[in-house]
Amino acid sequence: MAYSDKVIDHYKDPRNVGSLDKNEKNTGTGLVGAPECGDVMKLQIQVNPDNNQIVDAKFKTFGCGSAIASSSLATEWVKGKSIDEAMSIKNTEIVEELSLPPVKIHCSVLAEDAIKAAISDYKKRSEG
Amino acid sequence: MKLPIYLDYNATTPVDPKVVDAMVPYFTESYGNAASRNHSFGWQVEKVVEDARELIGKLICAGGKEIVFTSGATESNNLAILGAAEFYKKKGKHIISSPIEHKAVIDPCNALEQNGYEITFLDVDKHGCIDLKQLEESIREDTILVSLMAGNNEIGTLNPIWEIGQITRKKDVLFHTDATQCVGKIPIDVEKMNIDLLSMTAHKFYGPKGIGALYVRRKKPRVRLSPIMFGGGHERGMRSGTLNVPGIVGFAKALELSIEEMASEAERLTGLRQRLLDRLNSELDYIFLNGHPTERLPNNLNVSFGYVEGESLMMGVNELAVSSGSACTSASLEPSYVLRALGVGDDLAHSSIRVGMGRFTTVEEIDYAADKMIEAVKRLREMSPLYEMVKDGVDLSTVQWTSH
Repeated sequence: MAYSDKVIDHYKDPRNVGSLDKNEKNTGTGLVGAPECGDVMKLQIQVNPDNNQIVDAKFKTFGCGSAIASSSLATEWVKGKSIDEAMSIKNTEIVEELSLPPVKIHCSVLAEDAIKAAISDYKKRSEG
Repeated sequence: MKLPIYLDYNATTPVDPKVVDAMVPYFTESYGNAASRNHSFGWQVEKVVEDARELIGKLICAGGKEIVFTSGATESNNLAILGAAEFYKKKGKHIISSPIEHKAVIDPCNALEQNGYEITFLDVDKHGCIDLKQLEESIREDTILVSLMAGNNEIGTLNPIWEIGQITRKKDVLFHTDATQCVGKIPIDVEKMNIDLLSMTAHKFYGPKGIGALYVRRKKPRVRLSPIMFGGGHERGMRSGTLNVPGIVGFAKALELSIEEMASEAERLTGLRQRLLDRLNSELDYIFLNGHPTERLPNNLNVSFGYVEGESLMMGVNELAVSSGSACTSASLEPSYVLRALGVGDDLAHSSIRVGMGRFTTVEEIDYAADKMIEAVKRLREMSPLYEMVKDGVDLSTVQWTSH
């Protein structure tokens, strides 16, 4: 299968690989996918509670090159955005940016889910 | 060292230049049809074909007349199974095989099942080994054929051919073996092993593609087959069609060369295989050998890497021409049916790599391949949430996953 140059770039040089402390109050963690499906993404955000801005994002992904690229791109995109702006990121934008073929669209869906799961985790814990 | 490194010798091999040299005259100079009985063009190549037939037969301890040329092992397997099933249908309609056979055996068996035959697929253990007792107990009055491969193309596990032959002979049932991966690599003696039908193909041992053979025993017992192709009655009526003379010449030459150096080559390749496995084991945790640890093809290594995903692993080792147990890279998304039959989980089946070594594989290439595999797995594990969780002591089976 031929990967787009952008997918290869993210695969070879993934942005923001790593972990944030998931017990820290300002962080949110999204863990989506399942090992038997071949994709698991963990996307974490660190939020400034004063203005709801995402100041840092990290990811770890078990998955194909397109899944790694989708989550890597997602961390790049959410950084600096408010959580409301990040909530509105659509998987189709990821598909377009990375030129994902139809069989890889689920990778972008998973990345969108991961962003939403991380934000919802942050909200839940910051309220709690 | 040239990149990419070819490590897929279980899929196919380059043709040995000596084999090419032997074939060349039969394209442009001696181009006669071996079935032309009226002139010297035909007689000349008929003689060449008969010499090749004798030689190939001799190299597996058979007679030349017992060699039926085909287009390759797929056709040989089809002819053996469909041909025996049709010819012996009055005797019975039961066939025994295994779930990890090549598709060229499984698919004809399944086709027969649609036509009123009954197929027993024996159980295999985690190494891909059959249980000889189960084989013996599965043979019935109406069993006409046992088809079990000599060596598995994916995981390399060897079947106990000699023991199987003892059982089938005692029970008076025909024994077919798909020896595609074994001919030229490990000693084959159809007499001592009581093999009645044996499939082989030249391109697995440095011969050309498109030429193979089926060994069909002529005495004790005389095996009969109904043809699956019609049109002239070549090859004792079992396989019609003009003989591929250059292919046959190349086949014989390639097999002769392979068997000349079989013992030393098997030892060398076993050494390379162990060297690679030892390197991987010394640098990585959570790696699993697929197939039998010792009873395996000298040139085959198949390993799964825990907590990395197959397709990204293949991207990471793109300088190595290896095969993956994950079919993600091919048309279907199903993991390897062979690994599945062994009880390997889908995740590990997806992250398996098959390394097939051969005549032109060097120590330097194996060391480079080991480095690349280690580097890719380490890098992917650094970004694997699963590896992180396992290292933190999380039992992944207790995690509530959100499948999609």
